[in-house]
Amino acid sequence: MIPVFLLVIPLVSGLGAFFFKDGKTVRAWALFSSLITLTGSILGLTIFKDASYQEFHASWISSINTSFSVKLDGMGQILCLLTAVSFPLVFLSTWNSVYKKPNNFFGLMLLMQVGLIGVFLAMDALLFYFFWELALIPAYFLCSQWGGERRIAVTFKFFIYTFTGSILMLVAIIYIYLQTPDHSFDITAFYNSATNSRAESWLFWMMFVAFAVKMPIWPLHTWQPDTYEQSPTAVTMILSGVMVKMGVLGMIRWLIPVLHISFYQWGDTVTTLAVTGMLYASLIAIQQDDLKRLVAYSSIAHVGLMCASLFAETHSGMQGVMIQMFNHGINIIGLWIVIELIERQFGTRKISQLGGLAQRSPAMAILLVVVALANIGLPLTNGFIGEFLMFNGIFASTVTKYYVVFTVLAGITIILAAVYTLNMIRKVFYGETNTLTAPGYSLRFNETAALTIIVVIVFVIGVYPKLFLDISKETSEFILQKADVRTIFNK
Amino acid sequence: MNALILTAVFGVIMMFSSFLLKNKAAIRGLAIAGLTIVLIANVLEMSGMVFFKIDTKGMIGFDRFALLFNTIVFVCNLVYFLLSARDIEKVGINYSEYFSLIFFVLCGITLASSFHSLLMLFLGIEIISIPLYILTGSDKRNLKSNEASLKYLLLGAFSTGLMLMGIALIYGATGTFSTMVETKEAPTSALFISGMLLLMFSMAFKVSAAPFHFWTPDVYDGAPTVFTSFMATIVKVGAFIAFIRLFNDAFGNSQPQWQLLIALITAITLFIGNITAVFQQSVKRMLAYSSISQAGFMMLSIYAMNQDAKEGFLLYTAAYCLATIGIFAVLIKLKDYSFDGFNALAKQQPLVAVLTTIFLLSLAGIPLTAGFLSKFYMLKAATVTGKYLWLVIFAVLMAVVSVYYYFRVIQAMYFKDGDGQAIEVSSAFKLTLTLVAALIILLGIFPNLIINWLYF
Repeated sequence: MIPVFLLVIPLVSGLGAFFFKDGKTVRAWALFSSLITLTGSILGLTIFKDASYQEFHASWISSINTSFSVKLDGMGQILCLLTAVSFPLVFLSTWNSVYKKPNNFFGLMLLMQVGLIGVFLAMDALLFYFFWELALIPAYFLCSQWGGERRIAVTFKFFIYTFTGSILMLVAIIYIYLQTPDHSFDITAFYNSATNSRAESWLFWMMFVAFAVKMPIWPLHTWQPDTYEQSPTAVTMILSGVMVKMGVLGMIRWLIPVLHISFYQWGDTVTTLAVTGMLYASLIAIQQDDLKRLVAYSSIAHVGLMCASLFAETHSGMQGVMIQMFNHGINIIGLWIVIELIERQFGTRKISQLGGLAQRSPAMAILLVVVALANIGLPLTNGFIGEFLMFNGIFASTVTKYYVVFTVLAGITIILAAVYTLNMIRKVFYGETNTLTAPGYSLRFNETAALTIIVVIVFVIGVYPKLFLDISKETSEFILQKADVRTIFNK
Repeated sequence: MNALILTAVFGVIMMFSSFLLKNKAAIRGLAIAGLTIVLIANVLEMSGMVFFKIDTKGMIGFDRFALLFNTIVFVCNLVYFLLSARDIEKVGINYSEYFSLIFFVLCGITLASSFHSLLMLFLGIEIISIPLYILTGSDKRNLKSNEASLKYLLLGAFSTGLMLMGIALIYGATGTFSTMVETKEAPTSALFISGMLLLMFSMAFKVSAAPFHFWTPDVYDGAPTVFTSFMATIVKVGAFIAFIRLFNDAFGNSQPQWQLLIALITAITLFIGNITAVFQQSVKRMLAYSSISQAGFMMLSIYAMNQDAKEGFLLYTAAYCLATIGIFAVLIKLKDYSFDGFNALAKQQPLVAVLTTIFLLSLAGIPLTAGFLSKFYMLKAATVTGKYLWLVIFAVLMAVVSVYYYFRVIQAMYFKDGDGQAIEVSSAFKLTLTLVAALIILLGIFPNLIINWLYF
């Protein structure tokens, strides 16, 4: 019942939000709803662990064997928790932002949450596709309506990119569905589908494009920096923190175990793309003067590492991805919160125009530095755990001959990440204050609260990652076992 | 049979109502009541209550597929009457005659959906076409309307000629007009094949599949907008059902001979319809090209010609007709038919804008709308054949292109500032439009509401 609860709460409150008249009430309503969803997610992790609470099945279109089946597995737990944590954080930290037509804004935000949670929970391919698209529609309206100057064109590019990917995925889903033994969209049927290896190759690429656009993997990333820059920050937080994980989850749950032969076959190609993208994005990030674009490019580099380590097919790499999905979401939301504060206070995001913020607002500087260090993976922070596991995974990979090259190249991006992150901190927070930054900024209560929560999560996971690794352990092993091509050859 | 007789009878009644009833509201009420009776009679026939028992010598047969299709068409037409009947009034002075012609078209569609003989197919198609030539030219003082009507008549007559020639050749090859003759092997004589090709081309003309589509944009653009709405939806699917029946019943055996050709026609239709729609400046013309591209998707059901295709076609009929009728109903209310005419509609009429968005999303094939599931069924049907997967991939890529022009309308409504031309809509109009949108979403979640009727 927990999955249904997680879907129904944002759905009902989201539809309800459209009818509010008052901006302040609807804001409180959205925060309240997201807190209830968070409670539900935590209850699902702690008290209602029994399998009967964790899944729900109902018949849907019986003539084509598709059902409304949702289930919380380990990966689903982590990502639902991420979604459930993110939304209150976003609402809390942007409490003071003023929107035109706030009822529509918050209504669409909550509907987007339904789509995201649905994607993380769906255990039926057609249902998965439904939610996959549903998450996109509110995002489209949110970005086009409340974004920056070039919002309409940029959001449309984003929409076309993702829609192209997802509709190709639809063809692949239909094709695999016809190869399943009992013609069913159920995930177990998909795992047992008998596709021949020739068809598998193009199926793989069709599904890969859908997920790679969402993540994004170089060279399909071009929508991402523009969209992150033009969207309202609250939406950017969700896009980069949570929506990116739709692609990673799709790859782990719907690509690797279903098309494991071509997963193995094309592993090197994809890893090359991912590593190239990491280097490329990191180098561009160094050159950026705009804070939002800097974080956007850094996100491409981080997601590229997740992709590379998925294709290494090792337990450590897989576990690293699982935990890093959560970490990346939390850390990047922290970065966006600070950028939003800076932009709102000083009216600019240009690094060259800022400086010396630490003198006037030390609290903000401390909190940002912690998140930024987590972003480059310093020990004791959550980023370290994820990145260490992933690098370990890539280096220990037995499915590729080039593991040393991949590890070294990927390792370089960590150095580059330190370069652009520390450079940004130095230029923005230290040095001389100028006329623009002289007044400084003292954090409001809600902003301090949001950032403090993030910093606490950063340290808790950094010190005691077992909490999370235990949740995802079973899923990781299951996926790897499904993905192992040797089991086929040994048969 | 109920619907066939009743639509003809109501066509005549509407004709006489022009000098018996002076009040326009009464004429409108009569038309809506008449259509409701036709609809109820047709639904009753699905459960076995046939009012008129006429021996047609096996030339017409009402099976479940035909009856269900007719039901969908009547429901869509009822929606069309409820939304746009008032706007028909503005076309010209012959108010009741327009309704009469529409009833005759429906009579033709009923015949076209249930023929068992090529002669009946010819009758059905002609009964559909001739009232349309008149409706297209009904805006008598408008040169564009006259031109469209003449163009439609000339080209339509040409395609009718092709069809007759094809029927004659088929008769020469097989010695019968019946489409229900069971043959083990498909005839391969040159006479039969050329007859089949002629029929294929004339039907492709009627459903405006490329490269026989050239009349469509001009005729749709020239005709009064209320009648464009009718022609682009109900008439188009009416011609489609004839196409499907013809190739399922008469040429089902020769599928290997025509499948590649149909696949090519499908691909060209999708390509031309979508690409040209992108460059249109007028929403009315864009919808004309969109109807070509949607016809391309419906052509997939002829290409596949299996059970999925039939289910999908019924769903497609409902999804496409409801959404397009809805958009046209809104378009008629606007004064400016260009994309700019939709500017800032969301500010003036928030509800209408939301509903139009739902219709557009349905046409674009976004999940939760009937448009998605109908496209899904078409793709599934085409994939099941196991041949020509390039066609499926090409079709989805073209669906992406279609997003561009549908979303232009959404962008205009929500994200652009307009000059604020106020449109007036009654609350009854809003209510009907809301019900249509609700129906689209309902079908987008539970397609079985339609498909189960095919079997139970």
